[in-house]
Amino acid sequence: MSGHVSPVSLYITIFMALMVLTAATVGAAFVDLGQFNFLVAMIIAGFKATLVIWYFMHVKYASKLTKLTVATGLFFLAILLGLFLVDYGSKAFSQMPPFLS
Amino acid sequence: MSNAVAHADDHGHAHAHHPALQHHFDTMAQQKEAAVVGMWVFLLTEILFFGGLFAAYMVYRIWYFDAFAEASRSLSLFWGGLNTAVLIGSSLTMAMAVRCAQTNKRSATVNWLILTMILGTVFLGVKVIEYADKFEHHHVPGYNFQWAAAHPSTSLGAGEAAAGAEHAAPGAGGAAAEPHRELALNADQLQLTTQIYFSLYFTMTGLHALHMIIGIGIMLVITRMAWQGKFDEEYYTPVEMAGLYWHFVDIVWIFLFPLLYLVERHV
Repeated sequence: MSGHVSPVSLYITIFMALMVLTAATVGAAFVDLGQFNFLVAMIIAGFKATLVIWYFMHVKYASKLTKLTVATGLFFLAILLGLFLVDYGSKAFSQMPPFLS
Repeated sequence: MSNAVAHADDHGHAHAHHPALQHHFDTMAQQKEAAVVGMWVFLLTEILFFGGLFAAYMVYRIWYFDAFAEASRSLSLFWGGLNTAVLIGSSLTMAMAVRCAQTNKRSATVNWLILTMILGTVFLGVKVIEYADKFEHHHVPGYNFQWAAAHPSTSLGAGEAAAGAEHAAPGAGGAAAEPHRELALNADQLQLTTQIYFSLYFTMTGLHALHMIIGIGIMLVITRMAWQGKFDEEYYTPVEMAGLYWHFVDIVWIFLFPLLYLVERHV
């Protein structure tokens, strides 16, 4: 009846992975990848967040309803950020608004 | 069922159930499922709450990339990296606290919760050091904001600034480095646009810190409940909910760290 109990070794492994990925994101920031610096940083952060959600927050062992709830949140976040970019990207994305130049 | 009690319910038949089981739930599993889904719905609103700030960050970062790169470089990578490690560590201790509650280890639960609160406090302490540094260098948006003060070379135009960078003294306390490349923004524009970066910096880290303070407050209550022996292997929902909240706060920081500290470090 009580929830799934993860082994301590799993938690330690996830913690170590998160620390290594933190070091990786700092390291990657010092390499000139042009436009891809941002992408790499976000992929690493997304992977770290996934590890936390999946193992620390027990979503892996949660019901389908809980998984759906989590997915809904991420889906609407994607809509928010995606449509923001579509909206601003489709307008004159000038380097500087007139009042500053 | 260590805490199970037997009593006669409204229908007249006697049966045993856990004292933490509310009357409108049939089973402990059903009650826990309701709590987990409810907590995730709350976290969903939190995701979109921070999402609005991330969206604002995204647009301004594209618009004023140079300002974001310059301002981001003035942040201490040491403190930021240390805080990331501290917060990830606190997520581990929180996960251990939930695990000990699941396995009915009362004093271990309390100890892990206290350790989590200590790590959370360390994070906030580092944040205080960083905020104090911003005040000292006039990097707080508003009337006293002074990007050029910590950045003498950019009082010239962007092109001249690059040429003058060799002669310019390092910024006050070395907070802001001299320009490493040609900037698209001149000094006046930087003075205005770096304030947008710092506005977002203070709003996002401030809201994040507020969440951590609330999280520590929640944990104080949970720790007291754990100490009083209110949890067992069948009922540890409050510990798990506090854990979900704490891990969420950790996730927000996982994104804030590269977005605020690592905009452009390679030049």
